[in-house]
Amino acid sequence: MTDIATLSEASRRSRPPRSTRSPRGGGRLGGRLGAKVRRNTSAYGFLFGAVACFAFFAWYPMVREIIMSFQQTHLGVTSWAGFANYDRIFHDPTFWLAWRNTLEFTLLALVLGYAVPFFTAILLNELRHARGYLRVLVYLPVMLPPASALLLFAYFYDPTYGLFNRVLHAVGLPTSQWVQSPGTGFVSMAMVSVVIAATWMNMGGATLIYLAALQNIPGELYEAAEIDGAGLWSKIRHITIPQTRLILSMLLMLQVVATMQMFVEAFILTNGGAGVGDNTLSVVNLIYTYAFALSGASNYDSASALGVVLMLVLAVFSGGYLWVTRERG
Amino acid sequence: MAATPSTTQSTRTLISSSALSRARGKLIYRIVLTLVIVVFTLVFIGPMYFLFSDGLKTTQEAVQVPPTIIPAHPHPATFVHAWDEVGIARLLFNTLYYAFGALAFQLVFDVSAAYALSKLRPVFGNVIFAAMLATLMIPATVLVVPQYITVADLPILHLNLIGSPEAIWLPSVANAFSIFLLKRFFDSIPGEIVDAAAIDGASRGRILRSIVLPISRPILGVVSIFAVVAVWKDFLWPLLVEAGYSPSHETLNVGIWQAAQSVPQNVVIAASAIAALPTLVFFLIFQRNILSGLTAGGLKG
Repeated sequence: MTDIATLSEASRRSRPPRSTRSPRGGGRLGGRLGAKVRRNTSAYGFLFGAVACFAFFAWYPMVREIIMSFQQTHLGVTSWAGFANYDRIFHDPTFWLAWRNTLEFTLLALVLGYAVPFFTAILLNELRHARGYLRVLVYLPVMLPPASALLLFAYFYDPTYGLFNRVLHAVGLPTSQWVQSPGTGFVSMAMVSVVIAATWMNMGGATLIYLAALQNIPGELYEAAEIDGAGLWSKIRHITIPQTRLILSMLLMLQVVATMQMFVEAFILTNGGAGVGDNTLSVVNLIYTYAFALSGASNYDSASALGVVLMLVLAVFSGGYLWVTRERG
Repeated sequence: MAATPSTTQSTRTLISSSALSRARGKLIYRIVLTLVIVVFTLVFIGPMYFLFSDGLKTTQEAVQVPPTIIPAHPHPATFVHAWDEVGIARLLFNTLYYAFGALAFQLVFDVSAAYALSKLRPVFGNVIFAAMLATLMIPATVLVVPQYITVADLPILHLNLIGSPEAIWLPSVANAFSIFLLKRFFDSIPGEIVDAAAIDGASRGRILRSIVLPISRPILGVVSIFAVVAVWKDFLWPLLVEAGYSPSHETLNVGIWQAAQSVPQNVVIAASAIAALPTLVFFLIFQRNILSGLTAGGLKG
């Protein structure tokens, strides 16, 4: 503190009078240095709150998790364990099941939750009427508290009393067990049910973003294509999609990263996340189970190891995706 | 790529206006439009309609086959029952308290940080900003377990935040996306405005308060909406830090889910309906701001 005081004293004496001084210190070294130090100090004052929160709640936990994944804690004694935690989780059959389920969810969500919003946006963009109403409709589910929406879907999905089966029964169609379907094939009805609920809740955001992007496509392109005799699908393939490819690409990556972290949907719909025979157990659900739900000692170490694995998988995916889709030339 | 608007038509889309003004085009358009409106209303409002109407039904009517669309004997007592038993008033208050507290913390800390990074540019500012952006690469769920452990025993300070509102407020400040949006906006404020104020003798805090903030209303609106919605929709984190320790501190999502374990289903549905009301009303009032903020944040120029 003394240095700064001395510096500013010195700079104050050597500074030209206030009215001709530039805000960032005068042309002379003393004035500039003093002002620079003061500016830095006050800047750090402004930064302090956010940086402290980042340090405590983002950077430190990140480092802590990596370290914890290489440790083991027994009865309060922590010791280094090398790759033992990773070894343990790789040998847990539930681990592989969780990854398979998560992959299943991500792929289904790509088909339902990625294509549907895009084509919905194209459809909405063509309509000249009721646009405001339809936009509000599409986004309404996004605003619901997730617990409300998912409990509602759980209620609809009930095999005996749920609305869906009652309607199907009333019109004579076969009913389904929806989320409680026992199948463990790669595409299980249970997971499809989860994806339907998740898409309903979330597609509004993506639809509106696509809609805004579609409105930026120059109309002349469509006119020119029509003069050349292009049909509807041809126009979509050759104009609409290429023109929006940046947004499409970015949202694809964001969606894959987000869906691989699915937790709430399966957790509330199946009341715990596992489903019949664990067929809706996701990776994040497994992290939660390792950390908080195992009987006996909570196993933060396994949870940390799994968290690091998840992070690495997503990092490899994002890095690879950005590399493959990078602008060439 | 020339983007001059056509002088004869407003923005042209896949299907031209002239195609629509022909008789056959008009007919197809009207059919499609009606279909879309009907289907969308069914798909998006339908579930919500049942959310509210099934809460009014008695238990027997709620499970009838075929299902009734309008409750034959409305039974509003279920809603009262839900309100009391699930303690919705308390849950709502808690969630609002957490959401607006988080908003306040974010506005104070994140705006100051973005201002410093953008206008004051301290030494190592770039490093700090890069470290903040790096957190965007880390999936949120990966951090949940170590964040929980940290919150239970803060390093250096040795505080246990579990069960207190700060456990939700403080981590929400570490929002790199907000800082990114704010900094980008502040960067676009011409330096001359800030310099002029500085020459006139304004302190940096004064510049922030009186010059930067008033101009920044649009981006502050966007950041505020994101902040409130994030807390409102969060489930896993409040489940870990607020539930089970003191039931009166739970958020709406967690409280309703917990109630679902022990309370009959139609009461749970009624509770969900009541819980959904504030957000729906809020959305319907502020929809224009929310929808434009969404696209502003989502598109990059």
